[in-house]
Amino acid sequence: MFYREAGDFTTNYAEDNQTFPIRLDRMGYYATMIVAFCVVPFFINDYWASAVLLPFLIYAIAAIGLNILVGYCGQVSLGSGGFMAVGAYASYKLMTSFPDMSMIIVVLLSGLITAMVGAAFGLPSLRIKGFYLAVATLASQFFLVWLFNKVAWFYNYSASGQINAPERTVLGFVITGPNAAPAVTYLFCLAFAVGLAWLARNMTRSNTGRRWMAIRDMDIAAEIIGVNPLGAKLSAFAVSSFYIGVAGSLMFTVYLGAVEVGEAFGITKSFLLLFMVIIGGLGSIFGSFAGAAFMVLFPVLLKNVLVGQLGWATNIAAHFEFVIVGGLIVIFLIMEPHGLAAIWRVVKEKLRLWPFPH
Amino acid sequence: MNTMETYTTPDGRTIGGPVMEMKNITLRFGGVVAIKDISFDIREGEIRAIIGPNGAGKSSMLNVMNGFYHPQEGEVFFHGKKRGPLRPYQIAEQGVARTFQNIALFKGMSTLDNIMCGRLTHSKTRFLSHLLWKGKAEAEESANREKVEKIIDFLEIQTIRKTPVGRLPYGLQKRVELGRALAAEPSLLLLDEPMAGMNVEEKEDMSRFILDVNDEFGTTIALIEHDMGVVMDIADRVVVMDYGKKIGDGTPAEVLANQDVIDAYLGVAHD
Ligand SMILES: Nc1ncnc2c1ncn2[C@@H]1O[C@H](COP(=O)(O)OP(=O)(O)OP(=O)(O)O)[C@@H](O)[C@H]1O
Ligand SMILES: [Mg+2]
Repeated sequence: MFYREAGDFTTNYAEDNQTFPIRLDRMGYYATMIVAFCVVPFFINDYWASAVLLPFLIYAIAAIGLNILVGYCGQVSLGSGGFMAVGAYASYKLMTSFPDMSMIIVVLLSGLITAMVGAAFGLPSLRIKGFYLAVATLASQFFLVWLFNKVAWFYNYSASGQINAPERTVLGFVITGPNAAPAVTYLFCLAFAVGLAWLARNMTRSNTGRRWMAIRDMDIAAEIIGVNPLGAKLSAFAVSSFYIGVAGSLMFTVYLGAVEVGEAFGITKSFLLLFMVIIGGLGSIFGSFAGAAFMVLFPVLLKNVLVGQLGWATNIAAHFEFVIVGGLIVIFLIMEPHGLAAIWRVVKEKLRLWPFPH
Repeated sequence: MNTMETYTTPDGRTIGGPVMEMKNITLRFGGVVAIKDISFDIREGEIRAIIGPNGAGKSSMLNVMNGFYHPQEGEVFFHGKKRGPLRPYQIAEQGVARTFQNIALFKGMSTLDNIMCGRLTHSKTRFLSHLLWKGKAEAEESANREKVEKIIDFLEIQTIRKTPVGRLPYGLQKRVELGRALAAEPSLLLLDEPMAGMNVEEKEDMSRFILDVNDEFGTTIALIEHDMGVVMDIADRVVVMDYGKKIGDGTPAEVLANQDVIDAYLGVAHD
C-alpha cells in the first residue's frame, strides 16, 4: 500500500534518472547492501560459499557481461565459456610470472586481456548478424578451448595439463588456495560484483548504452543518428568480454583453484550463461543477478527436494533438472523475453497502483 | 530562379544560398538506373519538396543525400564543400538528420529514449565519463533532457513520453521519428513521406509541425510527399522526378503548369 512515488516527487531531470526512483526500492537496495557486506560474512561457511554465494556472484558478473552484448547491443554470443577461459588463463600466467602482483590487479588485467581478445573475436559482427554470428562465436568457443589444451605454454608445461592457482593474499588475508577463508573469498567477489554492476548501470544509462541499444533495435536507424556501428559493436564486445574475463579469473583463482579448460569452460558454460541472461531478463542488470541466482539456486533446491525429500536417484534428478530448465527457457522466450526482471517490474507496477488499478 | 543567390518567398521569408547541391547524380543498381543525371540544390531556410510517381527514385535520392547510397557519377556539395564518400553516421555528425518512409524507430525504447538518441551527435562526453556517471555524463544527460522536453512539448507528445514506441499508433510513431530528427538540431532535415498513411487531421498536424520547425528554428527541409495538396501548401520549391529523371523544378505553381509533369502524373505512355 505504501509502495509508490507519493511524496517522492521528482523536481529535476537528474532525479528522474535515478537508479531507484521509488524510496522503498532505494531502502531495499541499501538494506541488501548492508546485509551482504556486514552480516553475511559473519555467518558464511564453506558450504554456503562454495555451493551458493561464490558461484552466484561470479556468474552474476559474467551474466552482466553477456547481457551487455546480447541484451543491450543485440549481438548473439555462444563464446562466453571460451572468454571465461581467457580470463582464467590470463590470471594463471600473470600469477606465475609476477608472483608479487596484487590479486586485484591480476583480476583487472585478466579482464582487460579478455576485452582485447573479445574485441578481436567481435570483428566478424561488423559483417554478419544473428544466426551466422552465433555460429562464428561458437567457433571461437571451440578454438579457445582447443588453444588452451594444445599450447603447453598456457599451462606452464605441467604434466596434467591443468592450471592451479598458487596461494596469494590481499591485505594480509589469504584469498586463493585451500587456506582461503570463505568470508574473504566471498567479500572479494562481492566487491567485484557490486562495483562492476554499478559501472554497468552507468554505462547503460548514458550515451554509451544508448549507442548499443540503438544498434540492437535498428542498426540502419542507429547510423543515421550518428552511431558508428564499428565503435558501438566492438566496444560492446570489449566491455562484455572484460566482465566475462573477470568472472573467469575469479572462478579459477578464488572459486575453483584448479581448472581443466574443457571441463570448466566448455560449451555448456556458454549455454548456462545464455540461459541466465534469458531467464533473468535481456537488457537488465538486475535481471543478470536474478538469472544467476536462479540458475545457481534452482539445481541446489531441486536436488534437496527430489533427492533429499522424495528419495529420487541422483541421476534421475539431474535429468529432471535439464527438462525443467529447458522448458523454462522455452516458456520465457515465448511469454516473457525480458525474463524475471520484467515479471518483477509488472508486480511492482501492480503494487504501485493497488488498490485502485485505474 | 536557380541562378539567384537569395530569393524571397511569397510569405516574405528570405531564402539564402545553397545548403546542399546535387550535381549530375547518377545511381545504378546493376542494370536498374534509379537516378539519371539529376542536379538541383536545396537552399538555406527553404522547404524543398521532391515529388514523383512510385519508383521514380525519390527515396534513392534521399539515400544519396545522407550517404546510404554512393552514386556512380556526380557530386554532392554540402555548405559549399564537395563531400567525399562518407558513411551515414559521419554525414549525421555534419548536421544532416532524416526520417524514413517506413518508420525506423528503436522499438525497444520509449518515446523519450528515442528522442534522446537524436542528441547523440552532440555528445561531448567520453566512455570514461559514462563509466563514472557523476559529473560530466550526468550533467550532459540533464542538459539533453531539457532540450528533448522542449521538443516533446513542441510536438505535443507529453502523454506518451514513457510509452514504448512499439505500442504507439502509426501517426504518433511518425511524430516521434520527427522528434528524434529534430533533437539533432540539424542544418538539413530530410523527411521521406512524413505524411504517408495518415488521415486528413494527422496530415494537417504534421504540416503544421513542419512549417513551425522551418519557421521557428530556420531549419532547411527537403521532403518527399505524394499528396499534391500538401506540397502546394508547404513547399517553396519542388523537384519532380519520373523514372529516375528530373522532369520539373520550380515553385509549386510553375511545376504544376509543366506539361511533362502533367503527363507523368496523368500516366501518359513513355516512349
Ligand atoms: N537497394 C536497392 N537495390 C536495387 N534496386 C533498388 C534499391 N533501392 C531502390 N531500387 C530501385 O530504384 C528505383 C527507385 O526506387 P525508390 O525507392 O527510390 O523510389 P521512390 O520514388 O521512393 O518510390 P516510392 O514512391 O514507392 O517510395 C526502383 O526501381 C527500385 O526498385
Ligand atoms: Mg520512396
